[in-house]
Amino acid sequence: MRVLAAMSGGVDSAVAAARVAAAGHDVTGVHLALARNPQTYRSGARGCCTLEDARDARRAADVIGIPFYVWDMADRFHEDVVDDFVAEYAAGRTPNPCLRCNEKIKFAALLDRALALGFDAVVTGHHARLDGQGRLRRSVDAAKDQSYVLAVLTPDQLAHSIFPLGDSTKAEVRREAAARGLTVAEKPDSNDICFIANGDTQGWLRERLGEAPGDIVDGRTGEVLGRHSGAYRFTIGQRKGLRLERPAPDGQPRYVLSITPVSNTVTVGCAADLEVSTVYGERPLWYAPSSVHAQVQLRAHGEVVPAVLTVDGARLVARLERPIRGVAPGQAIVAYQPDPGGDIVLGSAVISHATREVDTAMEVTGA
Amino acid sequence: MAYLDHAATTPMLPEALEAYVAVARTVGNASALHAAGRHARRLVEEARERVAAALGARPSEVIFTGGGTEGDNLAVKGIFWARRDEDPRRTRILVSAIEHHAVVEAAEWLGAHEGAQVTWLPADADGRVDPATVRGALDEYAGQVALVSTMWANNEVGTVQPIGELTALAIGAGVPLHSDAVQAAGQVPVDFAASGAAALTVTGHKLGGPVGVGALLLGREVACTPLLHGGGQERDVRSGTLDVPGIVAFATAVEIAVKRRAEYAAHVGALRDDLIRRVRAAVPDAVLNGPSVLAGPPAPDPGPATDGASVDRLPGNVHFSFPGCEGDALLLLLDAQQIACSTGSACSAGIAQPSHVLLAMGASEARARSSLRLTFGHTSTGADVDALVEALPAAVERARRAAGTHRPADQTPHRPAGSTPHRSAANVPHEPR
Repeated sequence: MRVLAAMSGGVDSAVAAARVAAAGHDVTGVHLALARNPQTYRSGARGCCTLEDARDARRAADVIGIPFYVWDMADRFHEDVVDDFVAEYAAGRTPNPCLRCNEKIKFAALLDRALALGFDAVVTGHHARLDGQGRLRRSVDAAKDQSYVLAVLTPDQLAHSIFPLGDSTKAEVRREAAARGLTVAEKPDSNDICFIANGDTQGWLRERLGEAPGDIVDGRTGEVLGRHSGAYRFTIGQRKGLRLERPAPDGQPRYVLSITPVSNTVTVGCAADLEVSTVYGERPLWYAPSSVHAQVQLRAHGEVVPAVLTVDGARLVARLERPIRGVAPGQAIVAYQPDPGGDIVLGSAVISHATREVDTAMEVTGA
Repeated sequence: MAYLDHAATTPMLPEALEAYVAVARTVGNASALHAAGRHARRLVEEARERVAAALGARPSEVIFTGGGTEGDNLAVKGIFWARRDEDPRRTRILVSAIEHHAVVEAAEWLGAHEGAQVTWLPADADGRVDPATVRGALDEYAGQVALVSTMWANNEVGTVQPIGELTALAIGAGVPLHSDAVQAAGQVPVDFAASGAAALTVTGHKLGGPVGVGALLLGREVACTPLLHGGGQERDVRSGTLDVPGIVAFATAVEIAVKRRAEYAAHVGALRDDLIRRVRAAVPDAVLNGPSVLAGPPAPDPGPATDGASVDRLPGNVHFSFPGCEGDALLLLLDAQQIACSTGSACSAGIAQPSHVLLAMGASEARARSSLRLTFGHTSTGADVDALVEALPAAVERARRAAGTHRPADQTPHRPAGSTPHRSAANVPHEPR
């Protein structure tokens, strides 16, 4: 097979490329340049788009013994990921740019170009498994599992993807990198958002969205409790940074319950008010029967709860078996079927809203 | 492997390699006063005389450098500084828009840090600098021009410049002209004295010498402020311990390249013309960038090969745009077929950039991005042409498909939720861009 290895400059993608090459495939390495100005992106070990990362990826390709190129996808990345990130915050939602990058760049722009150039598949260093039936499953390393940010991929995208690391722990990957002589073996894990150079997401958003003062109101009484300088600075479940002028009568901390961009208000309440029992999703990508019992995950590395899910065309409804706190619109809801060989992804959707009430409007037909 | 990137670097001539190794086995700092030092000095001075003789300069006009980039920087910055020091009104430099980055960036740096005003001299659609525009700029800025810099032949599209006319204008205006002749030396006749240039850059690795050694030919009367300060080894204009083996090997390569030039030009010129004909036949909409070399449509019997020197295009240079392709995709596909070529320059991260030369020639960014440079050298053979012509049509077809890729609209028909995976209609992706 002719395989294109997406190489970020990190240890995972280097080992993934090395494994596919060692298996006898014809592998070509590609590093995606995603920054319009590489100096402005996170430097060093933590990012995915710096000169140093490009160099690390090149050195890994040298050691593996495969051709290596840099592809400029900065414009696509800005349109599909960065601009979307800003627009989502402006709309009061909490986006996941890694998920968006997988959906629009790595397994779309990159994969499409690879297939057109005669490659059969793209290999990445994601920690997830693809089984013999083409189903996406969690990695053996629960702490590093990335199936959540891959759950947006269509069957066609998955059919042309290879994830060689799903059966390995991160520690095993690092040991293998060292054994293969890859210099990135000890490179720290990437964290945070690659296009925000100093990690200050709030400051970065403020530069782009400006100051937009508005009211902070009590969710139960509607009373104005304080002012904020921009609703985009908040996410559902946030406690810090509210700087309310008056404490709650019960003396308990208050949390962001919802953000309303139209009125530019941030609604707050007590912890109990954060609990939701029904989560609504839009744009579902669904691999399972239209109504199932499953485990759902509502944010990257977030807790998992049992739920009954119903999918009806463009809408998904998840009735949680126990309420959970801090469900943010814009994040993905991913459904899993527990399995000893790695929990199986049943589908995903973008969270549109969530309610305290148990939704009974839709009949559960299947199981 | 078919190596079609000799303009990037060409293999060392066996004679130059032997000379390098022989001298590298010896010891001696050419500035030292003992016997070993004197021997090294003698080798350097002999090399200086050989380079001077081959390129029409006096030995004292040969300043050995670390290569083309250093030579260009030394000439542009050094002559600018010296001329401005003589007369503070001389703050303008006239630079052709098709120069190598070593000249472009040096000029930009002078503009950003030394108060220089840079006038970019336009090029025509073939990549030629029009002497009339140079005359116009010299008239407009009379008394203010520190330096003119126009290359002898372009590194991307191979256009040989009307250097005699340009230098005549500069001389008439009393302004020194520097010419980057890195691509020209050994390819077309280059005679420093006859050209009238004040300074001329050459480098070793484009003509069969080693990388990292070259020369700036600098007229005896031309003042030039040093970039590198130290022992003043080279006429007090350039400091640094002399690279004796590199200099000897460089001189050997220059001497041989110049001596064999006509024969070489006929050989690679025939390969060039054959390649151009066959690329046009294989990919009819391919656009040749730079001066044309073939008159009229290809005859069934093309007749004797053109003498590479008889046209104003470098004998070893072919440069095509392939409409609808991206050059970096073509490069990847040909590389996979063991064919080495070039898309022009890449930034420090390795990303292919649209060529400033093609843009200066009036090409659109799409045409600039769709181009491929194929260059011959002394080891090139007809088999290189065969390999390229065989691999090219499939590569072009694939690259065209790749350039047309975008996020395709979902082909999976929408069904109500069921056991078949589907993406809902609400998730139709963005329009292709």
